Amino acid sequence: MLTRRLLLASAAATALAFASPALAQERVKVVATFSILGDLVAQVGGDRVQLVTLVGPDGDAHVYQPSPADAQAVTDAALIVANGLGFEGWMDRLVEASGTSATIVTASTGVAPLAIVEAAKAGAHDDHEDHAAEADHDEHAHDEHGHEAETVEAHDDHGHGAEDPHAWQSVTNVAIYVENIAKGLSAADPEGAALYTANTTAYLEKLTALDAEIRAAVATLPAGKRTIVTSHDSFGYFAAAYGLTFVAPQGMSTEAEASARDVAAMITQIRETGINAVFVENIADPRLLDQIASETGATIGGTLFSDALSGPDGPAPTYVDMMRHNLKQLTTALAS
Amino acid sequence: MSWLIDPFADFAFMQRALLGCLAISLGATPVGVFLMLRRMSLTGDAMAHAILPGAAVGYLVAGLNLGAMTIGGVVAGLAVALLTGAVARVTALREDASLAAFYLISLALGVLLVSLKGSNVDLMHVLFGTVLALNNAALVLLCAITTFTLATLALIFRPLVLECADPRFLASVSRWSGPVHFIFLALVVLNLVAGFQALGTLMAVGIMILPAATARFWATSISGMLVVAAVSASLASVVGLLMSYHAGLPSGPAIILSAGCLYLLSLGFGPVGSLFTRAFPRPHLDA
Repeated sequence: MLTRRLLLASAAATALAFASPALAQERVKVVATFSILGDLVAQVGGDRVQLVTLVGPDGDAHVYQPSPADAQAVTDAALIVANGLGFEGWMDRLVEASGTSATIVTASTGVAPLAIVEAAKAGAHDDHEDHAAEADHDEHAHDEHGHEAETVEAHDDHGHGAEDPHAWQSVTNVAIYVENIAKGLSAADPEGAALYTANTTAYLEKLTALDAEIRAAVATLPAGKRTIVTSHDSFGYFAAAYGLTFVAPQGMSTEAEASARDVAAMITQIRETGINAVFVENIADPRLLDQIASETGATIGGTLFSDALSGPDGPAPTYVDMMRHNLKQLTTALAS
Repeated sequence: MSWLIDPFADFAFMQRALLGCLAISLGATPVGVFLMLRRMSLTGDAMAHAILPGAAVGYLVAGLNLGAMTIGGVVAGLAVALLTGAVARVTALREDASLAAFYLISLALGVLLVSLKGSNVDLMHVLFGTVLALNNAALVLLCAITTFTLATLALIFRPLVLECADPRFLASVSRWSGPVHFIFLALVVLNLVAGFQALGTLMAVGIMILPAATARFWATSISGMLVVAAVSASLASVVGLLMSYHAGLPSGPAIILSAGCLYLLSLGFGPVGSLFTRAFPRPHLDA
C-alpha cells in the first residue's frame, strides 16, 4: 500500500511539474469593477484574460452590493482593476473580506483629477442658496454646483475626498487608464506582455482618433449652444476636456431627491439661457426631466451613457461606442 | 403674499404637485380616519410593503409604465388583503398575524424577483415617484382614485361606521360585514398606490395616517374628523411644497413633516383629549 501511495504521489508531482508551463498558458483571471473598465481590460488583454466585471452593463456602481459570486471572483483573481478616485467606495471592504492576494491596479493613477474646491465642510444648502441666482452664470458656476453635489455624496457613502471619479469621460484620461491596465497585466502575466503592448498601441490609436472626432464635432457647434441638462452629474471631465457645459437638476448621487427649489432653479435657468437639450440617462429617474422638458419646451435628447455601458445589443457595448453614441446624441440635440 | 403665490403661478410643476397633493389629501385621509377608528393604523404601513413588490414586478415586466406599475401594485395589495381576510375568517390565526405573514411573504417575493432580474438599476428611484414630476397620466390616475374613493365611501358609509363602532352588531344584522371590510381594504390599497405615484410608498402612508391622528384631537364626530383630516392634509401639502420651494428641502419628506408638525401641535393643544385639555382639569397629571 505504502509503495502504491508513494508511486501515486510522485506521479502526481511529476504531472504537476509537467503541467506548470501549461498552467501558465491559462488565461489570467482579472476582475474589473464596472463595465467601462471591463471593456478597457478586454481591449488590452484580448483572449489572454478571463474577465469578471462586478457591476455589469446598465448597473449603477454607486449603489452596488457585492454578491458571494463576486467575492469569489475577487478571491480567485490575479489582478483587480478599479477606477479609484473614490468611485468604488465598497472596494476596500470587498478586497479585505475576500482575502484576495490579487494585485490592484488603480486605472486612474496619473490622471489629473478635477478638484472639488467647494469644501466638504460647507453644507449643501449654503451652496444651493446661490444656485438660483447663479443660474445663468458661466461654466464655472455650473461646475461648482456639480462639485458641491458630489461632495455631499462623499459624506454619504463614498468617504472619498474632493475628487470627481468619472475621469473616463475624457478620452485623454482613458489613454492613461489603458496604459495603467497594460502595465498591470504585463506584471501579472509577463509572457503576455508583448501582446498587451501591441493591443495597447492599437487601442491608443483608436482613442486618439476618437478624441479628434469629438473635438471636431464640438467645434461645429455654435458657441451659445453648448449647454446640456442631464439628470446625472458625471460629465465634469467631458465638459472640461471638450468645452461643453452640463447642468443637472439633481446632485451627483442617484439617490438624492430633488427639491422644488432645485427644479425651479433649473427651469428658470433653461428659460433664461435658452438651453435646448435635455438628456435622460440610463440610470436616473427620467420623469423629473420629462417634467422639466415639457415645462420649458426644451427637447429631450436620447439616452446618454455615463457610468455604465449598455448590454451587447444596446447602442454602447464598448467604451468607444459609448463615447460615439453620446457625441452623436449631444451634437444632434444641440444642433437642432 | 408673493412668497405664497409666486411658486405656483410661475411653475407648472408646482401647480401639478399641488393638484396631486390635494387629490391625495381628499382621497386618502378619510380612509386614514376609518383605519384609525378601527385601530388598524399600522395596517396601512403593512399594506404599503405588500404593494411595493407588485409595482416592482410591474416595472420589471413593462418598464417605467404607470399602468403596469399601478396594476401590479393593486393586484399584490388586493391579493394580500384577500388572503389575510380569508385566513382570519377560516382559521385560528388572527387578522394582524395573518396580515403580517402575507405582507412579509409578498415583500420577500418582490425583492427576490427584482434581484433575479440581474441589473441593479436603482429601482427605488423608479418605484418612489416624486411629487415634482407628476405627468398628466399620473394626475388623472390620482384624481380618478380620489373620486372613486369618495364615491365608494359615500355608498358604504353607514355599514362602515357600524363596523367601526361594533363589528359584531353589524355582522349579526347584515350580510355586509365581510364585503364592507374587503371593499374598505381595497380602498386602502388603491389610495396607497395613488400616494405611491406621488410621494413614494412610505410617504403615502404618512399622508393617510398623520392627518387622521391630527383630526382625533379636534373633533368628536366622524364627519368632523373627516373634514379636519382633509383640511390638515391639504394644509400640510401646501406648506410642505412651499418649504421645498423656498428652503430647498426634498418635497415628499417636507410634506409629511408638515403633517407631522400639525399632529404634534394638535397632540399638545387640540380641543379634544389633547395633553393640554387633559392636563388642566386634572393638575396632578401635570408632570
